[in-house]
Amino acid sequence: MATVRVQAEPFDPGAEVAALLAGRTDVGGLGCFIGTVRGGDTVAMTLEHYPGMTLRALQAIAQQAEAQWELLGCTVIHRHGRLLPGDPIVLVLATSPHRQAALDATAFLIDWLKTRAPFWKQEERADGTAAWVDARASDDAAAARW
Amino acid sequence: MKLLYFAWMRERMGRAEEDLALPPGIATVGALADWLRGRDAAGAAAFAQPGVVRAAVNQEFAQPSDPVHDGDEVAFFPPVTGG
Repeated sequence: MATVRVQAEPFDPGAEVAALLAGRTDVGGLGCFIGTVRGGDTVAMTLEHYPGMTLRALQAIAQQAEAQWELLGCTVIHRHGRLLPGDPIVLVLATSPHRQAALDATAFLIDWLKTRAPFWKQEERADGTAAWVDARASDDAAAARW
Repeated sequence: MKLLYFAWMRERMGRAEEDLALPPGIATVGALADWLRGRDAAGAAAFAQPGVVRAAVNQEFAQPSDPVHDGDEVAFFPPVTGG
Protein backbone atom coordinates (compact mmCIF):
# COMPACT_ATOMS: atom_id res chain seq x y z
CA MET A 1 0.00 0.00 0.00
CA ALA A 2 2.85 2.36 0.76
CA THR A 3 4.50 4.30 -2.04
CA VAL A 4 8.26 4.40 -1.48
CA ARG A 5 10.76 5.98 -3.86
CA VAL A 6 14.43 6.97 -3.82
CA GLN A 7 15.34 9.43 -6.54
CA ALA A 8 17.69 12.24 -7.54
CA GLU A 9 14.90 14.30 -9.07
CA PRO A 10 12.72 16.77 -7.12
CA PHE A 11 9.26 15.59 -6.04
CA ASP A 12 5.91 17.36 -6.32
CA PRO A 13 4.20 17.37 -2.90
CA GLY A 14 0.88 18.53 -4.35
CA ALA A 15 0.80 15.69 -6.87
CA GLU A 16 1.69 13.16 -4.14
CA VAL A 17 -1.07 14.48 -1.85
CA ALA A 18 -3.56 14.34 -4.72
CA ALA A 19 -2.55 10.74 -5.47
CA LEU A 20 -3.25 9.68 -1.86
CA LEU A 21 -6.66 11.36 -1.82
CA ALA A 22 -7.84 10.54 -5.36
CA GLY A 23 -11.17 8.76 -5.42
CA ARG A 24 -11.32 8.30 -1.64
CA THR A 25 -14.04 9.39 0.76
CA ASP A 26 -12.71 7.49 3.81
CA VAL A 27 -9.74 9.76 4.57
CA GLY A 28 -10.21 12.00 7.60
CA GLY A 29 -6.75 13.53 7.68
CA LEU A 30 -3.39 13.65 5.99
CA GLY A 31 -0.08 14.21 7.79
CA CYS A 32 2.79 15.76 5.85
CA PHE A 33 6.48 16.29 6.55
CA ILE A 34 8.92 17.82 4.09
CA GLY A 35 12.60 17.95 5.06
CA THR A 36 14.68 20.59 3.30
CA VAL A 37 18.34 21.59 3.13
CA ARG A 38 19.00 24.27 5.75
CA GLY A 39 21.36 26.99 4.56
CA GLY A 40 23.42 29.23 6.80
CA ASP A 41 26.99 27.92 6.72
CA THR A 42 25.96 25.13 4.33
CA VAL A 43 26.25 25.93 0.63
CA ALA A 44 25.34 22.42 -0.58
CA MET A 45 24.46 19.01 0.81
CA THR A 46 25.28 15.74 -0.90
CA LEU A 47 23.29 12.67 0.09
CA GLU A 48 24.95 9.30 -0.42
CA HIS A 49 22.95 6.10 0.01
CA TYR A 50 23.24 2.32 -0.22
CA PRO A 51 21.26 1.64 -3.39
CA GLY A 52 20.59 -2.03 -2.79
CA MET A 53 19.38 -1.52 0.76
CA THR A 54 17.68 1.88 0.81
CA LEU A 55 14.37 0.97 -0.78
CA ARG A 56 14.07 -2.17 1.33
CA ALA A 57 14.79 -0.20 4.54
CA LEU A 58 12.21 2.46 3.67
CA GLN A 59 9.62 -0.21 2.85
CA ALA A 60 10.26 -1.89 6.19
CA ILE A 61 9.74 1.43 7.99
CA ALA A 62 6.50 2.05 6.07
CA GLN A 63 5.27 -1.44 6.91
CA GLN A 64 5.97 -0.78 10.57
CA ALA A 65 3.85 2.40 10.41
CA GLU A 66 1.03 0.53 8.68
CA ALA A 67 1.13 -2.11 11.40
CA GLN A 68 1.08 0.43 14.21
CA TRP A 69 -1.59 2.90 12.99
CA GLU A 70 -4.82 2.73 11.02
CA LEU A 71 -3.47 4.11 7.76
CA LEU A 72 -5.22 4.35 4.41
CA GLY A 73 -2.06 5.25 2.56
CA CYS A 74 1.46 6.50 3.04
CA THR A 75 4.17 7.92 0.82
CA VAL A 76 7.90 8.19 1.51
CA ILE A 77 10.15 9.81 -1.11
CA HIS A 78 13.82 10.44 -0.33
CA ARG A 79 16.26 12.18 -2.66
CA HIS A 80 19.95 11.55 -3.13
CA GLY A 81 22.73 13.48 -4.84
CA ARG A 82 23.84 17.09 -4.47
CA LEU A 83 21.17 19.48 -3.15
CA LEU A 84 21.21 23.20 -2.43
CA PRO A 85 19.80 25.19 0.53
CA GLY A 86 16.02 25.27 0.31
CA ASP A 87 15.86 22.11 -1.80
CA PRO A 88 13.48 19.44 -0.53
CA ILE A 89 15.21 16.23 0.64
CA VAL A 90 12.42 14.00 1.91
CA LEU A 91 8.62 13.80 1.73
CA VAL A 92 6.52 11.80 4.19
CA LEU A 93 2.73 11.60 3.86
CA ALA A 94 0.24 9.47 5.80
CA THR A 95 -3.54 9.31 5.48
CA SER A 96 -5.94 7.90 8.03
CA PRO A 97 -9.61 8.16 8.99
CA HIS A 98 -8.41 10.13 12.03
CA ARG A 99 -6.00 13.04 12.34
CA GLN A 100 -4.04 11.76 15.33
CA ALA A 101 -3.07 8.56 13.56
CA ALA A 102 -2.09 10.52 10.44
CA LEU A 103 0.06 12.97 12.43
CA ASP A 104 1.63 10.34 14.68
CA ALA A 105 2.45 8.03 11.79
CA THR A 106 4.04 10.91 9.89
CA ALA A 107 6.25 11.78 12.88
CA PHE A 108 7.12 8.11 13.39
CA LEU A 109 8.08 7.68 9.74
CA ILE A 110 10.51 10.61 9.71
CA ASP A 111 11.95 9.76 13.14
CA TRP A 112 12.60 6.15 12.17
CA LEU A 113 13.85 7.06 8.73
CA LYS A 114 16.50 9.30 10.27
CA THR A 115 17.96 6.40 12.26
CA ARG A 116 17.19 3.35 10.06
CA ALA A 117 17.52 4.33 6.40
CA PRO A 118 21.05 4.09 4.92
CA PHE A 119 21.65 7.70 3.88
CA TRP A 120 24.65 9.86 4.73
CA LYS A 121 24.87 13.65 4.38
CA GLN A 122 28.01 15.55 3.47
CA GLU A 123 27.93 19.33 3.87
CA GLU A 124 29.86 21.76 1.72
CA ARG A 125 30.59 24.92 3.69
CA ALA A 126 31.13 28.50 2.63
CA ASP A 127 34.88 28.24 3.34
CA GLY A 128 35.24 25.46 0.77
CA THR A 129 35.56 22.58 3.21
CA ALA A 130 33.31 19.52 3.20
CA ALA A 131 32.34 17.45 6.23
CA TRP A 132 30.21 14.40 6.88
CA VAL A 133 27.28 15.21 9.13
CA ASP A 134 27.46 13.43 12.49
CA ALA A 135 24.51 11.40 13.70
CA ARG A 136 22.80 13.08 16.65
CA ALA A 137 21.79 11.44 19.90
CA SER A 138 18.59 13.49 19.77
CA ASP A 139 17.61 11.60 16.60
CA ASP A 140 18.02 8.28 18.42
CA ALA A 141 15.92 9.63 21.27
CA ALA A 142 13.21 10.79 18.85
CA ALA A 143 13.07 7.35 17.23
CA ALA A 144 13.01 5.59 20.59
CA ARG A 145 9.85 7.39 21.76
CA TRP A 146 7.76 5.26 19.39
CA MET B 1 32.23 -12.18 -0.26
CA LYS B 2 31.55 -8.63 -1.32
CA LEU B 3 32.43 -5.74 0.98
CA LEU B 4 30.92 -2.27 0.57
CA TYR B 5 31.93 0.99 2.25
CA PHE B 6 29.94 4.21 2.49
CA ALA B 7 30.52 7.87 3.43
CA TRP B 8 33.71 8.41 5.45
CA MET B 9 34.29 4.67 5.68
CA ARG B 10 34.57 4.66 1.87
CA GLU B 11 36.98 7.61 1.97
CA ARG B 12 39.16 6.07 4.66
CA MET B 13 39.23 2.65 3.00
CA GLY B 14 40.09 4.31 -0.32
CA ARG B 15 37.51 2.22 -2.16
CA ALA B 16 33.75 1.77 -2.40
CA GLU B 17 33.81 -2.02 -2.61
CA GLU B 18 36.03 -5.06 -2.83
CA ASP B 19 35.80 -8.81 -3.24
CA LEU B 20 37.29 -10.80 -0.39
CA ALA B 21 37.61 -14.48 0.37
CA LEU B 22 36.35 -14.88 3.93
CA PRO B 23 39.57 -15.05 5.99
CA PRO B 24 40.08 -18.31 7.92
CA GLY B 25 38.62 -18.24 11.40
CA ILE B 26 36.41 -15.18 10.78
CA ALA B 27 32.77 -15.96 11.56
CA THR B 28 31.14 -12.70 12.72
CA VAL B 29 30.72 -9.08 11.61
CA GLY B 30 32.83 -7.93 14.55
CA ALA B 31 35.64 -10.37 13.78
CA LEU B 32 35.64 -9.26 10.14
CA ALA B 33 35.88 -5.61 11.24
CA ASP B 34 38.81 -6.48 13.52
CA TRP B 35 40.52 -8.34 10.67
CA LEU B 36 40.08 -5.35 8.32
CA ARG B 37 41.45 -2.99 11.00
CA GLY B 38 44.60 -5.10 11.23
CA ARG B 39 45.01 -5.60 7.47
CA ASP B 40 46.55 -2.25 6.49
CA ALA B 41 46.75 1.48 7.27
CA ALA B 42 43.46 2.23 5.51
CA GLY B 43 41.65 -0.39 7.57
CA ALA B 44 43.28 0.93 10.74
CA ALA B 45 42.01 4.44 9.95
CA ALA B 46 38.51 3.34 8.91
CA PHE B 47 37.96 1.05 11.90
CA ALA B 48 39.86 3.19 14.44
CA GLN B 49 36.67 3.64 16.50
CA PRO B 50 34.89 0.30 16.18
CA GLY B 51 31.94 1.47 18.28
CA VAL B 52 31.09 4.10 15.68
CA VAL B 53 31.04 1.77 12.66
CA ARG B 54 27.70 0.26 11.65
CA ALA B 55 27.22 -2.78 9.44
CA ALA B 56 24.71 -4.56 7.24
CA VAL B 57 24.81 -8.17 6.05
CA ASN B 58 22.95 -8.87 2.81
CA GLN B 59 21.35 -5.41 3.07
CA GLU B 60 19.93 -5.86 6.59
CA PHE B 61 21.37 -4.00 9.59
CA ALA B 62 23.65 -6.31 11.56
CA GLN B 63 25.29 -6.43 14.98
CA PRO B 64 28.97 -7.29 15.64
CA SER B 65 27.92 -10.73 16.90
CA ASP B 66 25.94 -11.59 13.74
CA PRO B 67 27.43 -14.30 11.51
CA VAL B 68 29.09 -13.72 8.14
CA HIS B 69 29.58 -16.33 5.42
CA ASP B 70 31.51 -16.44 2.19
CA GLY B 71 29.15 -15.12 -0.50
CA ASP B 72 27.57 -12.53 1.81
CA GLU B 73 27.38 -8.84 0.94
CA VAL B 74 28.72 -7.02 3.99
CA ALA B 75 28.60 -3.21 4.21
CA PHE B 76 30.37 -0.98 6.73
CA PHE B 77 29.33 2.64 7.24
CA PRO B 78 28.97 5.45 9.79
CA PRO B 79 25.70 5.98 11.69
CA VAL B 80 23.06 7.06 9.17
CA THR B 81 22.14 10.75 8.76
CA GLY B 82 19.26 10.86 6.27
CA GLY B 83 15.94 12.61 6.51
